[in-house]
Amino acid sequence: MVIYLLRRLGLALITCVFISIFTFIIIRLPPGDFVDAYIANLAASGSSVSADQAEAMRRDYGLDRPVVVQYGIWMGRVLNGDFGVSMVWRRPVTEVIGDRLWLTMAVSVSALFLTWMIALPIGIYSAMRQYSIGDYIFTTLGFMGLAIPNFLLALILMYVGFRYLGLNVGGLFSAEYAQADWSLGRAWDLMKHLPLPAAVLAMAGTAQLIRIMRANLLDELRKPYVVTARAKGLTEMRAVLKYPVRAALNPFASSLAYLFPYLVSGSIIVSLVLGLPTVGPLLLQALVAQDMFLAGAIVLLLGVMTVIGTLISDMLLMWIDPRIRLEGR
Amino acid sequence: MSIALDTAVPLDAKAAAAEARYAQATQLQLTWWRFRKHRLALISLFVIVLFYAVAIFADFLATTDPHATDARRSFIPPQGIHLFDDSGFNPHVYGLRGVRNPRTFQMVYTPDPTRKLPVRMFVHGHSYNLFGFIETDIHLFGVEGGRPGESIFLLGTDQLGRDLFSRMMVATRVSLVIGLCGVTLSLFLGVLLGGISGLYGGWVDLVIQRIIEVLRSVPTIPLWMGLAAALPRTWSVIQVYFAITLIISLIGWTDLARVVRGRFLALREEDFVVAAELSGASQGRIIFRHMLPSFTSHIIAATSLALPAMIISETSLSFLGLGLRPPAVSWGILLQDAQNIQVLAGAPWLLLPAVPVTLVILAFNFLGDGLRDAADPYG
Repeated sequence: MVIYLLRRLGLALITCVFISIFTFIIIRLPPGDFVDAYIANLAASGSSVSADQAEAMRRDYGLDRPVVVQYGIWMGRVLNGDFGVSMVWRRPVTEVIGDRLWLTMAVSVSALFLTWMIALPIGIYSAMRQYSIGDYIFTTLGFMGLAIPNFLLALILMYVGFRYLGLNVGGLFSAEYAQADWSLGRAWDLMKHLPLPAAVLAMAGTAQLIRIMRANLLDELRKPYVVTARAKGLTEMRAVLKYPVRAALNPFASSLAYLFPYLVSGSIIVSLVLGLPTVGPLLLQALVAQDMFLAGAIVLLLGVMTVIGTLISDMLLMWIDPRIRLEGR
Repeated sequence: MSIALDTAVPLDAKAAAAEARYAQATQLQLTWWRFRKHRLALISLFVIVLFYAVAIFADFLATTDPHATDARRSFIPPQGIHLFDDSGFNPHVYGLRGVRNPRTFQMVYTPDPTRKLPVRMFVHGHSYNLFGFIETDIHLFGVEGGRPGESIFLLGTDQLGRDLFSRMMVATRVSLVIGLCGVTLSLFLGVLLGGISGLYGGWVDLVIQRIIEVLRSVPTIPLWMGLAAALPRTWSVIQVYFAITLIISLIGWTDLARVVRGRFLALREEDFVVAAELSGASQGRIIFRHMLPSFTSHIIAATSLALPAMIISETSLSFLGLGLRPPAVSWGILLQDAQNIQVLAGAPWLLLPAVPVTLVILAFNFLGDGLRDAADPYG
């Protein structure tokens, strides 16, 4: 178990390093360096910077040093919580991001829970009543969920809400709470707005998980021990739920870990359509304006949060599956 | 003697013949027979062929120049074709009279029943290059004898007055081809790295597997967005096109690599591979002559399951405005117009490009499922 945990931790660390290198590349990709962009930005607003000042700034940020050293300096700053200054907003990046990052995670995690809550019972039902009308309906719905990209689903929902119900289904807060400080009322308001974006996000994943759960459980149900259980007179409910479901749960749980990055990814684009105050719209703005420090910080933070989320679901898997817990003993 | 037997027990002979046919069939034939039973997959194959036919003949099918803008025909709603008039069968559309609403300044179009524009097959329209080199101006159908700016708008027009139907035809080509290019590149990477991983094992396998795990645990859309946004603005449409393909396939190869590695690992232990090894076949011969043919069908199945992901990626990126850029036309770029809810409320037909996206993704999924089932014809 310790070995498994250490391996997972090691992998998570490597992933974080990879993401940081990647982020660094993204920050450096646009032509010219940060100082060039900064000067251009200042010039646009009327003030100018002398060549000496620019040189001093370059030295200050270590831009005259080799790339590897620059990466080291940048990493050092990041680890101290200094993500640089957003050029468009002229404020520290951490301030600009604010609690948007947490809202992104809130949307993604609730989508994850929703996926579980919908996929598990439907998967079990579909396997127990294979080829029934209900099974066909759920399978069809599942395929639709798989085929409609989630941003399209969000668009269609927006349109239907606007056209036929006359309300704006976007956003995470009502108008009176949008700018307010955190309070119980604001949290409750958030809870009321979360289900819709979470459901939109959860569609594709749910469809996939229903198929996995159904296939796994069908494999288990054909095994002799289930026949034995039935022959011994267990109720159908108990005969299915007690062992086959638990055995079928393992591949289900491990696919959950892969689902999380996918959900975070999807939340970005769904947020843009539904106008959610997550990092999604901010990232797009930053990228379009080539505000690379802000964009880099968002990509990095999102990546690291995802890795942590995946790590947590890995530990959940360990808790569910005794075979992993006992590995290496 | 066999003739006598045949006449004596015709039923048994028939079964025996079928069995012999089964035993002698090549793997490809078996796969095809198995695949044929999967009704949904067969229909999907047909749909996909249809889509690619549209992609090839996009300009021929387009009724109006997809890039021609005209402020006087912005937001025309979809037009129906009237099949009959007083003189019998005479398909036509009505001419449109556009009047600006004095309060909203929106153009409002009313059909003008006195002006009939006949719809005919193989009419002359805007010129284009068929297959890229045959210059022609023949289109499958269109209106005959309209004034400049008049045409048939089957699915309406967008804000700039461009015909949505024609644009969807051209977009189909761009979106499908980009998916195909991306999947080819992923296939190359996946087979190469998955093959090396499965064949050599050891630390090479370990490293490649870790790379795959890292790539899979990263949220892809933010990364793509970052990469795509960093493409220089000065690049031409073609350059951006290839860069986007490259970006999309950078992540897509991992699934294919896993399939290939799994098959290599399973096959390495098979008797026929050991036999080939013992009779002194070179490694290249074992791989390409003995191992690869037995899992090409698996690769094809995995590829057709990877294609929809590619198409969604391109559509999402272009939808965000970070993928292909106008004047390129793809499904994502068309859907970009539908992003604004106010515009959408006034012109709901702009959401129509969602239909081919959904249809093609669904078809590729069913096809992939059918192929995966058929890939193991002995199973």
